[in-house]
Amino acid sequence: MPTVDEILLTDEQRARLAEIEEAAQAAADKPAALGPDVDVARFRTVSERDRVASLASIERQIRETALMSGFVSDESERSASYFQLDRTPIYERVSEAFGGQVEVMSTADALARYPDEMLAKWWWRAVDPAKDKYTALVALHQTEGYFIRVKAGAKVEKPIQACLFVSESDVSQNVHNIIVLEEGAEANVITGCNIATDVHQGLHAGISEFYVGAGASLTFTMVHNWAEEFSVRPRTGVIIEDDATYINNYVLLKPVKSIQAFPVARCEGARSRAVFNSIVYGLADSHIDLGSETQLIGEGSRSEAVARVVSTDRSAVYSRGRLIARTDECTAHLDCRGIVQSAESTQWAIPDLASEGAPGAELSHEAAISPIAEEEVYYLMSRGVPHDEAVSMITRGFLDLEIPGLPLALRRQIDAAIAATAEHAM
Amino acid sequence: MHDTDITVPLLAITDLHLSIAGREVLRGIDLTIDAGETHVLLGPNGSGKTTLFNTLVGLPGYEVTQGSVAFKGENLLALTIDERARLGVGVAFQRPPAVRGVRLRQVMEVAAGGALEAGTLDAIAGELAVAPMLERDVNLGFSGGEAKRSEMAQLLAQQPELALFDEPESGVDLDNIAVVGGAIAHLLKGDRASERPRAGLIITHTGHILQYVNADVGHVLFDGRLACEGNPLDLIDDIVSHGYEGCVECAACRQ
Ligand SMILES: Nc1ncnc2c1ncn2[C@@H]1O[C@H](COP(=O)(O)OP(=O)(O)OP(=O)(O)O)[C@@H](O)[C@H]1O
Ligand SMILES: [Mg+2]
Repeated sequence: MPTVDEILLTDEQRARLAEIEEAAQAAADKPAALGPDVDVARFRTVSERDRVASLASIERQIRETALMSGFVSDESERSASYFQLDRTPIYERVSEAFGGQVEVMSTADALARYPDEMLAKWWWRAVDPAKDKYTALVALHQTEGYFIRVKAGAKVEKPIQACLFVSESDVSQNVHNIIVLEEGAEANVITGCNIATDVHQGLHAGISEFYVGAGASLTFTMVHNWAEEFSVRPRTGVIIEDDATYINNYVLLKPVKSIQAFPVARCEGARSRAVFNSIVYGLADSHIDLGSETQLIGEGSRSEAVARVVSTDRSAVYSRGRLIARTDECTAHLDCRGIVQSAESTQWAIPDLASEGAPGAELSHEAAISPIAEEEVYYLMSRGVPHDEAVSMITRGFLDLEIPGLPLALRRQIDAAIAATAEHAM
Repeated sequence: MHDTDITVPLLAITDLHLSIAGREVLRGIDLTIDAGETHVLLGPNGSGKTTLFNTLVGLPGYEVTQGSVAFKGENLLALTIDERARLGVGVAFQRPPAVRGVRLRQVMEVAAGGALEAGTLDAIAGELAVAPMLERDVNLGFSGGEAKRSEMAQLLAQQPELALFDEPESGVDLDNIAVVGGAIAHLLKGDRASERPRAGLIITHTGHILQYVNADVGHVLFDGRLACEGNPLDLIDDIVSHGYEGCVECAACRQ
C-alpha cells in the first residue's frame, strides 16, 4: 500500500497536513496543563528496525484474542519476523474474524486509503495537535496506531482487542488511534496495555480520537498495566452524535511513574451520552492525575462520571471531573470517592462544574475522601465476619464498579487485583 | 445438680451496670432467658433498651462497670462482635447502616457462615419479599419496611440461638408487620418439630408485633433497672392506661 506521501492529495489536503505540522512544531516544548513534566527528548522514537516485539508475548496475545474473538491463528503465521515490521496481517485476520463488520488497519494506511474522509473528519479533529508537547510529539513522530471503523448498523458482540495492534516493547510509543462508529453501530473495544517485563523505562504518548455516530454505542475499556518507571500521557477526544452513547472504563491497579490523562468527550448530538467509570489503585511512588471532561452541547445530552480511588504507599492521586454545560437541557453528575490507606499518600478529589450560559442545565457532584466507616465494619461483624475480613469486603465493594461489557478474562484479572488491594487494606 | 450443661441458661445477665461517656445508663440489670423463650423488653424512650442490645452485640462505646453476661455459660463480654455472632447471638438493628458495595445476598451468605443453599436463599427471599433487593447494596436506599425485611432475612440466614429485635415494627406498615412478625415467629418457633426452638428478646413500644409472635415474658426497663415483669400484653395495656410511671408503681411489680 502506498504511504500518504506517495498518493495524490489536493492542495487543500496538503495545506491541512502542513497546518497540523506547523501547530505541532510550535507546541513541541509546551508543557501540559497538568501533571509532572516529562523530558520528551530523553525518549527517542524507536526506528522501525529496532521495534522487536517479543514473539512469546505476541503469540500469547494472539492466542487470547483468538479465544475471545473466536478465530484460531494459523501456525504458519507465527513467526517473529512476520509481526515485527508489518501488522497488516493481524489487521486482516481481525477484520475477517469480525465478518467484515469491522475494518481495521494502521492509521497510516487509513490516511493513504481514505485521505478525503480522514483529513476532513477524523485526523486531528477531536484532539488538538497543539494542545501540548505530547500531542506535538505524536503529530511529528508517530510510530504506530490503529484505525477501527465499525460499519453502519453493525452490532459487534465480541470485544475488539485493541492491544493487539500496538507493539508493547517500544521505549517510546507515539501512538495515534482512531475509532469510528458509523450510524447505529455498536462495539466494545478493549485494550490492556501490558508492558513487557524487561521494559522498565519509557514514555507512552497516545492520541485517541473516537467518533460515535448517530445512534451508535461505543464502550472503550482500558486496563492499564504499566511498568513502574513509565510515564504515560494519553490524549483522548471523543465526539458523540445524536442519540449516541460513549462509555469509557478505566482501570489502573499497578504502580506507574506518572500518568496524566484527561479525556474530553463532546456530547454534540441531541440526547447523546457520555459515561466515565474509573477504578484507580495508587501504589508505590505513583503520580496519578486522572479525570475527564464532558461538554454537554446537544439538547438533552447527559453524562455520568464515577471514580473510585484507593491510594497507599507514597502515591499521589488526583481525581478530577469537569462538566461543562452549553445547552439548556442537559444533566450530568460526578461521583468521586476515595480512601487513603497510608499516612504518606495524598489524594485530591477535584470536581469542577460550569454552566456556560445554560440556565436550565443540571450539574451535580458528590466527592468524598473518607476512611471505611467503623459502623459498617461492626455491622458485618455482627453477622459473624471477623474484623479484617469485614474491612476487606468493604474495600472490595468500594472498588467493584459495575463495568458493562467486560469479557470474563478481564473481569477475573480485575477481581484478582481488587482482592489483592483488599488484602492490603487489612 | 450433676449435669450443669442442662441447667445453664442460654443468656444470664447479672447485676449489669453500664455507663456511656461517664453517665450510668443501666443500673443493675438481671435477666435470664432460656432456650425456647421469647421475652419482650418495654421501656420509655431513652431508657436504655438499645444500649442493652448493643452491649450484648458487642458494639464499642459502652463501659460495663459491674456485673456479668453469660451466654451458653461463656463470658460474652470478653468476646469480639463476630465471635458472639458465631456463638449464636443475632440481632435485627433498628436503623442498620448502609454498606456501599456489599450486597444483601453477600451479607446473608456470610451470616449463614458460608454458602447458602439456593433453596434456602429462595425460600427466605420469598418469605420476606427481598428477592429484588438481593443484589442491591445492603440498606442503601432501602425504605423503612425494606430495611426491616432485610434484617429479618439476614437473621433467617444466620439462624442464631438468641435473636435480638430492636423495634421490628417501627416505621413498618400493617402488611409488612405481618411479614416481619411471621418471620420472627418462624425463626423463634421453628416450622418443623425437629427444629430446636430459639430464644428471642423483642423491643417494642406498641406490641403490634405480638399479634404474630407469642411472647412468654415482658419486662419494663425504667430508671436503669428492669422494674416489672409480667405477661407482655397485660404490661402493654397497663402502660397504655397508666403510663410507664403508673405501670412500675403497681402492686404486682413492687413485690
Ligand atoms: N453514643 C452515645 N453517646 C451518648 N449518649 C448515648 C449514646 N448512646 C445512647 N446514649 C444515651 O443513652 C440513653 C439510652 O439510649 P437508648 O438508645 O439505649 O434508649 P432506648 O431505650 O433504646 O430509647 P428509644 O425507645 O427511644 O429507642 C439515652 O439517654 C441516650 O441519649
Ligand atoms: Mg432504641
